[in-house]
Amino acid sequence: MTTDSHALHSDAGHDDHGGAAHGSLKSYLIGFGLSVILTAVPFWLVMTGTIADKAVTALIVLVLAAVQIVVHMVYFLHMNTRSENGWTMMAMIFTVVMVVIALTGSLWVMHHLNINMMPMHDMNQMP
Amino acid sequence: MSVATTQISVQGSEPIFHVIDEHDHPEGASTMLGFWIYLMSDCLIFAMLFATYGVLGGNYAAGPAPKDLFDLKLVALNTTMLLLSSITYGFAMLTMEKSKIGQTQLWLAITGLFGLAFLGIELTEFAHMIHEGATPQRSAFLSSFFTLVGTHGLHVTFGLVWLVTLMVQTARFGLTTANRRRLMCLSMFWHFLDVVWIGVFTFVYLLGMLR
Repeated sequence: MTTDSHALHSDAGHDDHGGAAHGSLKSYLIGFGLSVILTAVPFWLVMTGTIADKAVTALIVLVLAAVQIVVHMVYFLHMNTRSENGWTMMAMIFTVVMVVIALTGSLWVMHHLNINMMPMHDMNQMP
Repeated sequence: MSVATTQISVQGSEPIFHVIDEHDHPEGASTMLGFWIYLMSDCLIFAMLFATYGVLGGNYAAGPAPKDLFDLKLVALNTTMLLLSSITYGFAMLTMEKSKIGQTQLWLAITGLFGLAFLGIELTEFAHMIHEGATPQRSAFLSSFFTLVGTHGLHVTFGLVWLVTLMVQTARFGLTTANRRRLMCLSMFWHFLDVVWIGVFTFVYLLGMLR
């Protein structure tokens, strides 16, 4: 367990076992390059309408956004499993679980609620 | 910690369930973790606003739809501003680690200008929409849109206030340990806002145009 390593290091204070991680010029530039590509591609896809199928475009855009969020987390926010004894990662995993439950839950429930509503009069069919 | 309590309970007559020897807590040692947890709670706020937008985003109430309102070129420009401000803040952090105070201040100022450009463009967009009658009161879609994007804009505004404050602090007291720690916190805040913006331009603008 981590308590063992904590006990070993406790006499040296908090500093040695991982505060926030730092980046280097290289890691910042890699992150920036990747996020430029990951931003430009979805904008280009939507603005030009290269892919005719909108559902496919939406899926690609969402996947690219997820990848870009990970890129930002790693290269700009310096996320790793070591900083602060892994507690930043723990806090983030907890948050991601909460966000996924809240988002999918809301969208799923409300979507079905909409579908199961009484059918409304379609005004376009009126004379 | 468990080792300490068991030792005490063997020696003394009554078990003691707290840490006996207080280990030192240097000032600011837990600030980064605490600030990270704040960011995660902020993340939950945005998640709720995204959920609200996801549920209400299709209810136009016979009003304007995303296609009628959004200008993707403007949004792309806005995204560029925020992305550039992220990398310039990164440069400010790198020069701060080398203790180059002048360069740090310069990069912070450039970051602030990009942030200001972002806000300016966003407010122009809002003003244009409101001028066309697409106010928050018009439909559920517009209410949730202004709440989500406006909250992000408000965060950027406060980030800018914080940035100016820290620039003044750094100018007066130099790159002290406390100021470095504060600049690190703002760095996390700023990059976090960029992460939220990825969600905004994807969910609201790009997927809105595909609707």
